[in-house]
Amino acid sequence: MGLTMTEKILARASGQAEVRAGEIVQASADLVFGQDTTMPLAVIEFRRMGAERVFDPDRVAIVCDHFVPNATVLAAERTKSLREFASEQGIAHYFEAGRGRNYGVEHALLPEEGMIWPGMVVVGADSHTTSYGALGAFASGFGSTDVAAAMTLGEVWLRVPETMLFVYEGQLGSWVGAKDLILYTIGQIGVRGALYRTMELVGSVIESLTVDQRLTMCNMGVEAGAKNAIVPVDRETERYLKAVGVRDVSACNSDPDARYHSVTEIDVSEIEPQVACPSSPDNVKPLSEVMGTRLDAAFIGSCTNGRIDDLRRAARVLEGRRVSRDLRLIVIPATQGIYLQALREGLLEIFAEAGAAVSAPTCGPCFGGHMGLLAAGERAIATTNRNFVGRMGHPESEVFLSSPVVAAASAVMGRIAHPDEVVR
Amino acid sequence: MIVQGRAWKLGDNVDTDQLVPGRYLSLTDPQELASHCLEDLIPQFHELARPGDIVVAGENFGCGSSREHAPTALKALGISCLLASSYARIFFRNCINLGLPALTSPDAISGIQDGDEIRIDVETGEVENLTRPFRCSAPPLSPFLIELIAAGGLTAYVRDRLEAEMPVPGGNRE
Repeated sequence: MGLTMTEKILARASGQAEVRAGEIVQASADLVFGQDTTMPLAVIEFRRMGAERVFDPDRVAIVCDHFVPNATVLAAERTKSLREFASEQGIAHYFEAGRGRNYGVEHALLPEEGMIWPGMVVVGADSHTTSYGALGAFASGFGSTDVAAAMTLGEVWLRVPETMLFVYEGQLGSWVGAKDLILYTIGQIGVRGALYRTMELVGSVIESLTVDQRLTMCNMGVEAGAKNAIVPVDRETERYLKAVGVRDVSACNSDPDARYHSVTEIDVSEIEPQVACPSSPDNVKPLSEVMGTRLDAAFIGSCTNGRIDDLRRAARVLEGRRVSRDLRLIVIPATQGIYLQALREGLLEIFAEAGAAVSAPTCGPCFGGHMGLLAAGERAIATTNRNFVGRMGHPESEVFLSSPVVAAASAVMGRIAHPDEVVR
Repeated sequence: MIVQGRAWKLGDNVDTDQLVPGRYLSLTDPQELASHCLEDLIPQFHELARPGDIVVAGENFGCGSSREHAPTALKALGISCLLASSYARIFFRNCINLGLPALTSPDAISGIQDGDEIRIDVETGEVENLTRPFRCSAPPLSPFLIELIAAGGLTAYVRDRLEAEMPVPGGNRE
């Protein structure tokens, strides 16, 4: 019996010839990181553990992205403490807004920085760490104390997860993309449909997606409860890694006779653009059922959909058009690298001309932290990953999740709209 | 280890945004976090919760963000044990790592009402409702997890391990 990708990676990381779903392993970590809301707690626990040095400063990263640029004095104190910790520990992978190098939303930034590659074990103090499976890594979210322990010992205990295989075949319709596929999947299996398990995403449709799009899908694996999401390594993975300067690419794809918990085949041909309605990522409906819903705000950005591919698609809808007077649109490129690329391609000009507020990279609005929050009774459409009660502001506000093209079309119309209504 | 206290009953899919909303994530002090725990769902929760109280929840308790602020706030309020039909993965780990017992029983939610007095044997998983006739049995946590909780959580566990391995600070395993 063969092994899945996840089993192969965890076997290597725990120094064993093979491991099977259900086993508990001590896995060595190839990258341990946290952000400005989780890392301060991790540093407190690191000190309480009596640790003096991190296990390897080159395999620890700190990404300040949630409350940056510092939204409050307290946030400024937190980033300052993290900057001092990075300096004390010799952690070169320290990222913060406006410090002469790339920065931005962690799950867009770390792949772009060439810090993620196939076969890695990535331990991140952020639930959307599942994103990196798009590059064939085992990547999972942990709390601050787990990350403190991993920073200290260089390892983490894990139960080897069962893998659910999702096979996507067929022809994608116009205006249908990665976000629609993952929303559709979560709508089918529910927010605990993959609890404690791996979601392995395969099929000719996945092969046709860019790494940016695969990152969108793996990002939201956690919204179905998954421990990790993962995509086989192929030529597209290699193209991406070469472009970001990763040289050693060794595939560790699943064996043809690997053992799966379940196999789900999805024919994408019939799938139209999808929208997750308030207030759960699995409350998913076809766009046609919610078109016309009045909106007060739209947000294009985040670790789910703030990459260059997303901005290009949104710009296609917004080019030469104006945001409705009935709502406000905020566009946030996820990293400085993406911001620069969008600037060079004229995308930021398209957004600004359309009347959108274009901001420096931050997680801000997605988690209701700062920038563009919602008042009681307001409704937003967002390209983010969660629409829990109060996620983007007041507990009586509501969030609909969609792809960038649907969010862009909705911004033009002032209500939930199909891109075909705008681009004729 | 026996815990006893009043039950606070929550529904399915109570996420960590509800336990501690995103706007408070710059806080690190457990007591400050506790003062915002569940504030959008049960505004008086932080004032009414008493040490020893038990939170009884439905499916997928603690889903969403990895924020350890959520179990930190519950623990700081003196919540002695969680009892849910199921847990989101990261939240469950965080509870155990903080030394906050988290037991799983799909039956508990139906046999316990808000405010009932509950007694739980954390090691055996025996649950008894002292207010109305109801008993159920949650599968005991694995010995490793009991050991973690008994040690006071992962921090104490790692500290003990580092002290045993001295004099190599930083846990160099080579």
